[in-house]
Amino acid sequence: MGILELRNLSLTLGDKRILNDLSIDFWEGHVHAIVGPNGAGKSTLASTIMGLQGYREFEGDIFLNGESIASLNVDARARLGISLGWQEPARFEGLSVKSFLKASSKNVSDDMINEAMENVGLNPDDYLSRKVDKTLSGGERKRIELASLLIMQPKIVLLDEPDSGIDVEALNRIFDAIQLLKQRGSTVILITHSTAVLEQAEHAFLMCHGAIVDKGVVGNIIKYFENKCIPCGHKNVPIVEEISK
Amino acid sequence: MKTNSDVADELYRTLQLTDNALQDPDIAHLVVNHNNVVGSHLIPGLEVEVDELDNGIQMLFRIKEGVQVKKPIHLCFGMIPENGLQQINLTVDIQSGARAAVLAHCTFPNAVDVIHTMDADITIAEGAEYTYTERHVHSSTGGVQVLPKSRVRLGKGARFKTDFELLKGRVGSINIDYETTCEAHSVLEMNARINGTHDDKINIREVGHLNGEYARGVLTSRIAVRGNSIAEVYNELTASAPYAIGHVDCKEIVQDNGIAQAIPIVRVNHPKAHVTHEAAIGSVDNKQLETLMSRGLSEDDAVDLIIQGLLS
Repeated sequence: MGILELRNLSLTLGDKRILNDLSIDFWEGHVHAIVGPNGAGKSTLASTIMGLQGYREFEGDIFLNGESIASLNVDARARLGISLGWQEPARFEGLSVKSFLKASSKNVSDDMINEAMENVGLNPDDYLSRKVDKTLSGGERKRIELASLLIMQPKIVLLDEPDSGIDVEALNRIFDAIQLLKQRGSTVILITHSTAVLEQAEHAFLMCHGAIVDKGVVGNIIKYFENKCIPCGHKNVPIVEEISK
Repeated sequence: MKTNSDVADELYRTLQLTDNALQDPDIAHLVVNHNNVVGSHLIPGLEVEVDELDNGIQMLFRIKEGVQVKKPIHLCFGMIPENGLQQINLTVDIQSGARAAVLAHCTFPNAVDVIHTMDADITIAEGAEYTYTERHVHSSTGGVQVLPKSRVRLGKGARFKTDFELLKGRVGSINIDYETTCEAHSVLEMNARINGTHDDKINIREVGHLNGEYARGVLTSRIAVRGNSIAEVYNELTASAPYAIGHVDCKEIVQDNGIAQAIPIVRVNHPKAHVTHEAAIGSVDNKQLETLMSRGLSEDDAVDLIIQGLLS
């Protein structure tokens, strides 16, 4: 039994079935990756686990430590220990980085904030008084969002494309932060189609057309992806170039 | 019986200022309770003439030519009583090459039925610079009507910036009416940030005339309306000379039964001038909201934080 269990999860948006009878167990304290091509339903899965608006009317169930969380909204799920790092983090006009980070936990000290910023490779002196707005690049906001998750230390961390907008130099800091979350006991779920991100995980699930088509250790999933693919009618059939980008 | 000094201290305490501006010899200040000047300190280059009226004051405020005032001048207009009218008639004369910033505190901490009006005639001469930051503290009853009206003239290369924000208490009713005329190479910046709750009424009229070449102007409004509050923001910017550039930016967040309206008017009278505008009215951005809620904040707390940022 995993800390987070998805049971026969299906979601239809409009007339399109995005998640298709999907069942997964995520193991406590492990780093997992959900890989698959664009349109496979990876981000939708993250949004559904988080309970975002528009992703609450699903079939099946989601269990956290054996208790269903299907009826809970975002903040209730967050208070139980689930959180999400967005692929494209929100911008907040006028809100300082420090205020944003302070919102991550009720008991947050300046030392915790500084440490989290340093862990994602950002100098607190340079950033804490800046605003989380368009004056920050997407990569900077991504790292600040990850800092907020380090402060929050949730039980389950969903990271949607954690490498998007991140330069090569900063990428290792992101990976360090992912491992730090694991060391501190978080269960990490990486949504990615990057092999570099996939290699940060211990277990991987290959997703296509809203369903899990394979799972196992990362080495096998990478190998499987690069060598063959299950033929299906989905127009986004996984292709090597896309996955290995 | 309270001395003038006691009243001045009482007014300043309502502002919860951390610095002790009244004690700093380098900071000029003037404190007016209703129609009485209860405290003042002037510095070289600043001239202030005050006539007490029945319900307020008539004031000439002048920065002499070429004088650069380093620290913000503190003006405090307030009323301790629950009821009354305070009328401020203000003539501001920033002479050529002068520079000054004014921090104007308007405090009505006990207001039940208070009307505060300001009628200002402001001249900022060639090459001068004047920043006017107006910060209000109101009672929690909403029993305040604030009616500031200003006519501003910017000379060549002059700069004028004004900020209006409510630090504490309920808006009540605010009716801001600012109109500015800008000569060549001058710069205008008007900002208003107001948070309406209950049945507050917010009415903003900001008008800029970019009459000189290379004149620049930005009108920015950030308003939140919650409860049954109402806001109407009228921004008008006209560019009538070559290379005059302007921008109108209005954002209003609507929650509960609040009603917001934005009327941006942008007008260009010269082919080499350029004015843009953006206006956004609506609920809190869902992605912002869910980002904060995914950290465990309740929806109400997340909305408060977003609005707090927007109005900061």
